[in-house]
This record gives sequence, C-alpha cells and structure tokens, in this order.
Amino acid sequence: MVKAKMREQEGNRKREELLREFWFQVSNIPGGQKIKRCLQCGTCTGSCPVSQTMDLTPREVIALFRAGDMENILKSRTIWICASCYACTVRCPVGIKVTDILYALKRLAMENDLFPSRFPVHALSRSFVTLVNYFGRSYEPGLLILFYLRTNPIKLLGLFPLALKLWRHGRISFIPKRIKRKKDLQAMLKEAEIMEMIIPWELEPVRSH
Amino acid sequence: MNYLYYPGCSLESSARSYDVSTRWVFHRLSLGLKELEDWNCCGATMYMSIKETIALAFSARNLAIAEKSGGQIVAPCSSCYTILNKTNHILQENFILKAKVNQSLKRAGLEYQGTVRVRHPLDVLVNDVGLEEIKAKMVRPLKGIRIAPYYGCQIVRPEGFFDDRENPTAMDELFASLGATIVPYPVKLRCCGGMLMTTFPEVALALNREILEAAEAEKADLIVTTCPLCQINLDAYQVKINQKFGTNFRLPVMFFTQLLALSLGADRYEIRLKENIVPIPERIIGGLP
Ligand code: SF4
Ligand code: SF4
Repeated sequence: MVKAKMREQEGNRKREELLREFWFQVSNIPGGQKIKRCLQCGTCTGSCPVSQTMDLTPREVIALFRAGDMENILKSRTIWICASCYACTVRCPVGIKVTDILYALKRLAMENDLFPSRFPVHALSRSFVTLVNYFGRSYEPGLLILFYLRTNPIKLLGLFPLALKLWRHGRISFIPKRIKRKKDLQAMLKEAEIMEMIIPWELEPVRSH
Repeated sequence: MNYLYYPGCSLESSARSYDVSTRWVFHRLSLGLKELEDWNCCGATMYMSIKETIALAFSARNLAIAEKSGGQIVAPCSSCYTILNKTNHILQENFILKAKVNQSLKRAGLEYQGTVRVRHPLDVLVNDVGLEEIKAKMVRPLKGIRIAPYYGCQIVRPEGFFDDRENPTAMDELFASLGATIVPYPVKLRCCGGMLMTTFPEVALALNREILEAAEAEKADLIVTTCPLCQINLDAYQVKINQKFGTNFRLPVMFFTQLLALSLGADRYEIRLKENIVPIPERIIGGLP
C-alpha cells in the first residue's frame, strides 16, 4: 500500500520534471512560447508527408503536451519518424515551430533514455556524434558501419550491392576527412558540454521578444 | 562580394559531382569562391537531436571563422544551409545561448558576433548574378529538355530567405531562361525522407516513389535537385523502389549545378557525370566532350 503510493509519487515527480525540462527547452526556441496558442486545427498533421506512419500525429503531440502527458509523447514513434521537413512549421497558422518542438522532444527522450533499445534513429544520431566529435567532419561509410553495428550487424551484408554500385560510380571515399584544428574543436566541445549543464532549467532564459 | 564556400561533408564524399560543378559554375561566372578555412561538419539534423548547446557551438564555429574572414557563407547542401541559418538565427535571438556558445568558442580562440549571412548557391546565382548574365554565357541551350525541378524540403523552409516557401521558382526560371521546358511539378517541396532511408526505409521509399511518379507523369526527362541527400535517395535507391513497388522508373537525377555547368560549356569530367547512377540520356549529353 505504502509502496504503491510511493511509486505513484515517484511517477508524478518524474512527470513534473519532464514537463519542466521540456518547457525549458521550448523556451530556448525563438518564439517557443507560442505553443500555448495551438488551435488544434490539424494543419500540421495535414501538411506532414509522414503523418500516416506516425502513431501520434503532430497535432496530437501538442494536445498531449498540453494535457501534461509527456511520457506517452516520448514513447511514441512520432518524434523519431519526423524527417525535419518543416512543412508543419511553415503552415501553422499561429506560428508554432512544430519541427523545433519535436527536436526538443527528441533531446528529452534521449536524455531520459525513453526509447526502445537498438532504436534506429537514436543509434544513428549517436554514431554520427561519435564520428564528428572525433574527425570534425562526418564520414558516410563510417557512419553507416557504426550504425549497423549498433543496430543490426547482419544488415551490413545486405548493404553490399548498393555499396558496390556507389563505389563503381565513384561515390565512396575510403579516407575520412578531418579538420586541421581538431584539438581546438575538442576543447570547444568540452566547454560546451559544461555550458549545456550549468544553467539550471529553473532559470527562465531572457528572450528578446 | 567575398563568398566563402562551405562544401559540407556530403560534397566531399558521395556528392563530389555537386562540389566540382558548383566550383566550376562559380569560376565560369567569375565569382570568387574561397573555401571556408578549416570548416567543420555543421552537425546536420542528427546532432540537433542530442545536445542543443553543443550542436549550436559546433555549427557556430563555422560562422565564427566566416565572420573573421569577412564574407558570406555559400552552402550548397540543403541540410547544411538550413542548420547554419538556424544556428545563426538562434544566436541572434537568444543571448543566453549566444553567451554559452561564445564561452565555448573562446576555447578555440574564436568569437561570434552574429553578422554572417548564409546563402545557397541558387540564391547567389539567380539574385546576385542574374539570369541575363548567366544566359549570356550559355554554350549549350537546353532546348527540348523537360525538367522536373525538385527543391526538396529544406532549401526554402523554414525561413524562405530567397524564394517562396510554398512555391519556389528560382530553379524554374533559371532553366527556363536556358531554353528548357519546366514541367508542372507540385511535389517540388515534398520531403524525400532524408535519413529515414537508413532508419525507416519503408517510409522513405514510399516518399521517393511519389516524387518519381509525379515527374514521370509529366514525361520529364530528368529531375534536377539542390540537395545531396535528395539526389542519392532518388538516384541510388531507384532500383530498390522499382523492386519494392513493381514500378519501372528510369529517371536521371542531376544536381542543378551539373545541368547549369553543362549548359555553360563544361565537359563530362568537369561535372563528374559518372556519379549519376541512372544514366543521363544521349539527348541531353549527346556530343559532350
Ligand atoms: S497547425 Fe499549429 S495551431 Fe494547428 S494543430 Fe498544428 S500546431 Fe496547433
Ligand atoms: S517537420 Fe516532421 S512533423 Fe513536421 S511535417 Fe515534416 S516530417 Fe511532419
């Protein structure tokens, strides 16, 4: 009995924390506060080229957020399927930056480990970050290899015919390019990592409008 | 104008034809194009989904270097173009993030004030050079060639700095002025799925099918695009799309700078024609040295 109650409290606390964290992320987006003005008109969903394959449409994501149900948003496929095409953002009649809100949600889900394991988008992003942090530039073949090793190594074999074709057309380079001042970049990233953390999210960022 | 070229990672590997043809066109039109010194990856859409400040600092390093060199960035890859613009916009609007980013840039001896403009080569060509001047340098008219102009999603969205966000026409006008026929192409801004081709291939293949279908319905000879990701999805995955949907597409997909260079007199090596996977019909490249 007591345990159940504690668990419930724990759940509520977590939920509130997620909401606050999300709210902080959203307020970093120029004009992010506009999310409050959503009309639930569904224009975003109607403009989205991949909404049929989402489990929550973009409009529903905003509705759930307003109902405070962050967990269901973060568990959905929606935020990962979004291809960042900005169609929804351009068309929203009240100027809500739906795409940027979905980015904020992706970050939140990753920070809180709220996604299925071996989940492809997350794995791809991680592989990408590993590479660019090291070389300063991305390297496509390396990216795909890292990605499949993290998700489904067997599939690497299936990639072979395509790789061969690309190679024949001169579209695969074998040497990763790197920047000259790698040390500078890495020092910068370290500092940015600290910066990422120092401002507590209780602090309301000042906006110019 | 001092144009600082930001090729981005794709143009160094899978889309070198876009790189060489862009350089060629700028050279032919006597526009100085200097590569941005020691540029780094812009972070693409993927970095943005992990850590915000780090992603911003990462892409801001390029802006800071450009500011120091005093020029405008020219970024052909739609994704780089959008990310760099977005970083610029956020840093201009949100001074707390700007302070954080500058704190990080300091470690590399850099600082960013927020004065750089990020442009797409299509914008530079159509608006700074102008169609008249380009046409004056035309060597091979594109007469009788039916073109489906595919802009992809990120070149005019979200901001639409140089063209309409719902119906851009810069590329239409460019190639029409060189004699080509522009087919009606309502899917010109439809998304190709981008990296979904790797993460959710079923979704991406279906999107690309629609883009190819619309071009075929109008009997287009080729699709012309402005983005390396769109190009590879439409071109390299065409066989897969045919296998999956039982279709029979055979539509060449060229970068807009490849076709432009061709019209301005480049040879097949100068546009790296061998990179295009679906072969370009003789009618278009016939007699090309
Ligand atoms: S288009 Fe804008 S206002 Fe309409 S439902 Fe979507 S987010 Fe809300
Ligand atoms: S940005 Fe994402 S959610 Fe918005 S329309 Fe494009 S794919 Fe859909």
